[in-house]
Amino acid sequence: MNLLLFSLFREKKRRRVVELTEKMVVDGGRDGGEWDGRWNHINMFLERPGPFTHPDFEPSTESLQFLLDTCKILVIGAGGLGCELLKDLALSGFRHIHVVDMDTIDVSNLNRQFLFRLKDVGRPKADIAADFINGRIPGCNVVPHFKKIQDFDESFYRQFHIIVCGLDSIIARRWMNGMLLSLLVYEDGVLDPSSIIPLIDGGTEGFKGNARVIFPGMTACIDCTLELYPPQINFPMCTIASMPRLPEHCVEYVRMLLWPKEKPFGDGVGLDADDPEHIQWVYQKSQERAAEFSITGITYRLTQGVVKRIIPAVASTNAVIAAACATEVFKIASSAYIPLNNYMVFNDVDGLYTYTFEAERKENCSACSQVPQDLYFSPSAKLQEVLDYLTENASLQMKSPAITATLEGKNKTLYLQTVASIEQRTRPNLSKSLKELGLLDGQELAVADVTTPQTVLFKLSFTS
Amino acid sequence: MAATKASKEQKYDRQLRLWGDHGQEELENAHVCLINSTASGTELLKNLVLPGIGSFTIVDGHKVSGEDVGNNFFLSNHSIGRNRAQAATELLQELNTDVSGNFVEESPDQLLDNDPEFFHRFTLVIGVQLPESTCLRLGSVLWNANVPFLVCRTYGLVGYMRLVVKEHTVIESHPDNALEDLRLDQPFAELKSHIQSYDLEGMGKKDHGHTPWIIIVAKYLEKWFSEHNSQLPKNYKEKEAFKQLIRQGILKNEKGTPEDEENFEEAIKNVNTALNPTKISSGVDDIFNGEQCNDITSQTPAFWLMTRAVREFVQNDGSGNLPVRGSIPDMIADSEKFINLQNVYREKAMQDASVVSKHVEALLQSVGKVFPFYVSCSMDSADGEMVLYLMLRSVDRFYQQHSRYPGVYNYQVEEDISKLKLCVNSLLQEYSLNVNVKDDYIHEFCRYGAAEPHTVASFLGGSAAQEAIKIITRQFVPFNNTFIYNAMSQTTATFQL
Repeated sequence: MNLLLFSLFREKKRRRVVELTEKMVVDGGRDGGEWDGRWNHINMFLERPGPFTHPDFEPSTESLQFLLDTCKILVIGAGGLGCELLKDLALSGFRHIHVVDMDTIDVSNLNRQFLFRLKDVGRPKADIAADFINGRIPGCNVVPHFKKIQDFDESFYRQFHIIVCGLDSIIARRWMNGMLLSLLVYEDGVLDPSSIIPLIDGGTEGFKGNARVIFPGMTACIDCTLELYPPQINFPMCTIASMPRLPEHCVEYVRMLLWPKEKPFGDGVGLDADDPEHIQWVYQKSQERAAEFSITGITYRLTQGVVKRIIPAVASTNAVIAAACATEVFKIASSAYIPLNNYMVFNDVDGLYTYTFEAERKENCSACSQVPQDLYFSPSAKLQEVLDYLTENASLQMKSPAITATLEGKNKTLYLQTVASIEQRTRPNLSKSLKELGLLDGQELAVADVTTPQTVLFKLSFTS
Repeated sequence: MAATKASKEQKYDRQLRLWGDHGQEELENAHVCLINSTASGTELLKNLVLPGIGSFTIVDGHKVSGEDVGNNFFLSNHSIGRNRAQAATELLQELNTDVSGNFVEESPDQLLDNDPEFFHRFTLVIGVQLPESTCLRLGSVLWNANVPFLVCRTYGLVGYMRLVVKEHTVIESHPDNALEDLRLDQPFAELKSHIQSYDLEGMGKKDHGHTPWIIIVAKYLEKWFSEHNSQLPKNYKEKEAFKQLIRQGILKNEKGTPEDEENFEEAIKNVNTALNPTKISSGVDDIFNGEQCNDITSQTPAFWLMTRAVREFVQNDGSGNLPVRGSIPDMIADSEKFINLQNVYREKAMQDASVVSKHVEALLQSVGKVFPFYVSCSMDSADGEMVLYLMLRSVDRFYQQHSRYPGVYNYQVEEDISKLKLCVNSLLQEYSLNVNVKDDYIHEFCRYGAAEPHTVASFLGGSAAQEAIKIITRQFVPFNNTFIYNAMSQTTATFQL
């Protein structure tokens, strides 16, 4: 753990405290609804010296003021983890909290996302969560953003001391990871610690979860450990089309093949996984398909689970993981203890099991290593092969990469999927060889993808 | 009525996929008691109220203090001075209208003095931040009444829980990585004849490449048996040789290169686990030989009755083996072959289950009981954190002696260190423990001042709530029996004490 980081972090804090104190003198103080003893439970850790504190830690009554008045935390996600995180942070002395979530509230959220009630269904999660916390915890000021993380740029993210994620998507995590990496400032090849924003990331699935601490540019980042998230396996098409064995195969058949063929709710009407009528149709057709092959076990619940890719969830796992994350936020903001270094895994299927280890940085990580990624292909290889490599390689796992290259001094898009007209225009390139496309040995390819806000540079090396 | 049920299914959908409708029913029929609505308690209760526990009762004689409100999401500053049980019940109740919340404005010691049977009515009692003496009194009452008791505590950056229950039986353990039950070493009659219906050498290319790997392994095992005196491949060398045997069976094209037969690759990959000898584990044997299994009476609970019935099956009908589990993993195969194979296992499992069921009926009759019974076919199932446990026990001693916890006020921290050290030493002596507890830990525990930081309380509340749900639903295996969470290092440990 880099101790220099903490010194600079504290220095940054101290400067801000001075700024704010000056501001307070002018504004005349604030009304936070304080009462006696309110912060007793955390003052022990801020005002008292101890044998296990961080070497840089200095007990002081100012630390609480920093948490209350200056420290700015960003929470990404106001769902299962997000609700817990907001509560945990608010009750640990943090008052300046922003929360970003692009979703609205659904009935199935209510078994664990405790800031929401039946009457809130349909409303934006960020807004309702902020209102609830601000109402329940006097003095707390949670600012909601009913937006996607991609709607913000560096100027937004730069203002936070610490960012905590409670996301349900690996793509979003990687994007966030990439954003914080893009904020790093290097002077003569040396990383400026004050440009580092710590990222605490939590994830849960049923009874399993994990919490990790990332110091971008210093510790393992999300992409360094991409292999820990094996690519999601979709059923092979031949199984779905002609050789189903499991009820899930039947549902996928209806969703992927039958729906586009029969267009049950009209031309151009896509399957809306949240529409009970659509699910009911899929359920019935799945039963018919299953009957054809003597497969049993199709239920409405199973059908819905497959179509919506539902992951089971309970309050308890979210509480545990969010709490661990919030404890880390507190440790880093207060320097009270050495933070988790750097990954904890939790599982309470059988008793309670945790495993804590230090995830290592990958030397040639495509996100944080700053080492240009190598691509080795024969000049006669088709562009399609390059595309397949970008999506299938376990360390890259791109979703819909757009490949551009500088040819004859001009920036040329070789293939782009996300805009229909460009996709059509560039599709023929996929079956052309790299040589045919005019690419040279040592050529730089720039690849953009949803998994990162920055373009990834690759160096193309021809094999014979 | 229909509308309420539908919206409950929607609301609880994500958890129903974990413990099913029957698990949910158990939860909704449960009534838990929480003693002390501090943050650890309310966080735990929140995680039971949200999934729809039937009802809860909070027992707490304390009044709400400013300090209490500071770390507790379910107490508001407007309730300072009011009884804590009442205040917390209001805000917890508000989380879920399906749940009914009650409160008792008394301390547990008072109840134990005046009406100990008060606690008999609960499915589970949870005691939070209780002094050792109260824990012991309560524990004794609950042990004799067969009510599970979960003790929880957050102390500084340490979380602790202890499960106190005479016996807890789990019918659905949902093992995470169980080995399959394929019976390839001892195929039952129907499986044998099904395997025989395949002729690998004589089939066409398409069928050959879509034959389930289980059949492939079974066929080659027959060959192996004939050449090895009916002995399973035992060691690495033999298993490799067996895999080679299978590999040779892959079809070759005209040029002699092997075709792409994924099902054969699956067979080779699964050789290591598919050839485990079918036998009863020693853990199961112990259960079969248990007292409860031998003496069946009209009071015998469901778990032991079914266990006995399964034992009867093993001894009389199963040739020394358990009932067949009946499930097979998914594998490359065409639909017909897979379904047919799956049905062979399923039908055998159902047959075995009905034999077990008959044994259950016979046992019930023998003790004069006749009621419908569901039979499920599966039956299988010191540095670091230890120092923290010792510190928690020492802190309890300190409380006994000084009627307060160490280091609560700043001026006490220094002087309490030596007092706490005396408690540590007397504890170690009493239990003849030759352990060295570093002074750093003693200092740290004085520093904590018995604080209950919210995030640590929340971690514990989440962990404990899920254990409570396991006890109530009898699904998934609970911890046994002491759990420690160290928030400093984000590590945990479970000890059986």
